[in-house]
Amino acid sequence: MIRTDSLQFTYRDTENHNFRFPDINLPSKEDILILGPSGVGKTTLLHLLAGLLPPKEGSISISNTYLNKLTRKQLDDFRGRHIGLIFQRTCFIKSLTLLENLTIRERLSGKKNDRYRKEELIIHLGLSDLQDKRVYQLSEGQQQRLSIALGVIHKPKVILADEPTSNLDDTNCEKVISLLKKEAQICKSNLVIITHDQRVKSHFDNHIIL
Amino acid sequence: MLYLAYKNLISKPLNAFLSVSLLLLSISLAIFVLQVRDQLNEHLENNCKPFDMVVGAKGSPLQLVLSSLLHIDNPTGNISLEEALKIGKNPMVKEMIPVSYGDNYKGNRILGTSNEYLTKYNAVLQEGELHKKSFEVVLGNAVAKKTNLLIGDTFASAHGLAENELETHDEQPFTVTGILKPTGTIIDHLIITNLESIWEVHEHKDTHDHHEEEEEEELREITSMLIKFRNPLGALQMSRFINEKTTMQAALPKFEIERLMRFLGIGFRTINGIAMAILLVGGLSIFINLIKTVKERKQELALLRTYGANTFQLIKLVFLEALFLSLLGAVLGWFLGRISIWFFSSITNNIYGYFFAFNFPNNKELIILVLVILITLLAAILASLSLFKLNVSKTISDA
Repeated sequence: MIRTDSLQFTYRDTENHNFRFPDINLPSKEDILILGPSGVGKTTLLHLLAGLLPPKEGSISISNTYLNKLTRKQLDDFRGRHIGLIFQRTCFIKSLTLLENLTIRERLSGKKNDRYRKEELIIHLGLSDLQDKRVYQLSEGQQQRLSIALGVIHKPKVILADEPTSNLDDTNCEKVISLLKKEAQICKSNLVIITHDQRVKSHFDNHIIL
Repeated sequence: MLYLAYKNLISKPLNAFLSVSLLLLSISLAIFVLQVRDQLNEHLENNCKPFDMVVGAKGSPLQLVLSSLLHIDNPTGNISLEEALKIGKNPMVKEMIPVSYGDNYKGNRILGTSNEYLTKYNAVLQEGELHKKSFEVVLGNAVAKKTNLLIGDTFASAHGLAENELETHDEQPFTVTGILKPTGTIIDHLIITNLESIWEVHEHKDTHDHHEEEEEEELREITSMLIKFRNPLGALQMSRFINEKTTMQAALPKFEIERLMRFLGIGFRTINGIAMAILLVGGLSIFINLIKTVKERKQELALLRTYGANTFQLIKLVFLEALFLSLLGAVLGWFLGRISIWFFSSITNNIYGYFFAFNFPNNKELIILVLVILITLLAAILASLSLFKLNVSKTISDA
């Protein structure tokens, strides 16, 4: 469950652009698509929801926890436990293998080592036999799927995906969206996708346009 | 975290190697010098402890101590036994042991002395018995091992103190009657016999070589007299008297050894200074390494933040990397220091009869190791300062 109330954010270092965001009120397990052209603050909103940026005005609550009431450390913990981020451009820890990347994500969320969960996820995402490969040895598609795996491994309450389809062709775009939806279902999470990609629109009932 | 730190390090093996080798070099150098100085000092003191004063022919007092007590240098010359014995009349003298030498067997000095010499160094027999007659000897433990001589074996001595096969006293062979237990002192490297043997060997020689006819047989000579006083103050007074009023010279081992260590101290300090400089460079290299790591991996560190790691966990990661490097450098450096001591020891043992033991870390070394770790941790603190200001959102979006 995600609820935001009169969110505002201002970047101090740039030309003092002030973002005002529409209120979101999303019941648990539901998905939402946030659409908008570049530069309207889509990624900013996502980072606000993830607690990576502090809002200037307004409040965010995720499963009845108000992010602005948490200390820095509590916020880090909360993020680790309940939020899964999937980035526009894939980023991993290069010195580790695929499986080790998953393990460290799992560990930092405070969860115990769950082999079954990891194996299941690896099979779901078609990454079998690649566990011990270094991340830079993976193809772009494989990296994209690993990125999804890293976002959902710890069964977060909220999955936040930033432009997950922008670099993909139509078939892969379909695949990624259905994978995300399926994983969100398994994890019983809210899936929040921000994108400018109009192809995604038809897959979601809830839209917000920035 | 530990695993990640380790993985991060080995993903940049060259950087890690550079830092570790700098640390290793400086630590091993410092430890080497420390060990050599401590053990050398201990050896010298052990060897000199039984005696307060050495009386010998005029010359350098350091040379006299080195030759008569430590058996490293050549003797300054001979003195007359009769004259030396006069010193013994002084009531302050507790004990007096004459030593005489001039021959060797395969580089091991043959020392003519009284049996008290052995008791002064607490030397006891391992097997066999003490020499009773002339041309009977007991072997120091190391000599026995080196030469493989057994009880009952005979050998011919060579003239002089250096190993040579040319001038041997074949006509008067020595017989081994006993072998001493290891004492950890210079005795281990000596062949001990009575004074008369030394005299007889050379008398014999003199009758052969007619160049030295003027040598008077009646005047017994010794190389030096080792003296123990009842009261250490006696040494000061007596030495002044001997140096001024007689043709002999008196040297105080304690002073001479201190002087020697002072000379060597300059060298030790220089090497220590170099070690410290290398240590600083090592610390600097780790520091630069870490700063580079933090910069290069800014994105990964930000990623870890999105995974729920807090700033302190990131700092811990940097610390662990630094700690890995410093511990590796410290442990390897310690071992290298010990190994070089061991090499050094095998050389000195052959030449000077000085053995440097493979010791466990002592307090001073632990201080060095702690110092090294502190330096690297300091480097880690400085390098991780930027983590406090890490803008996760920006770093991730800029990816």
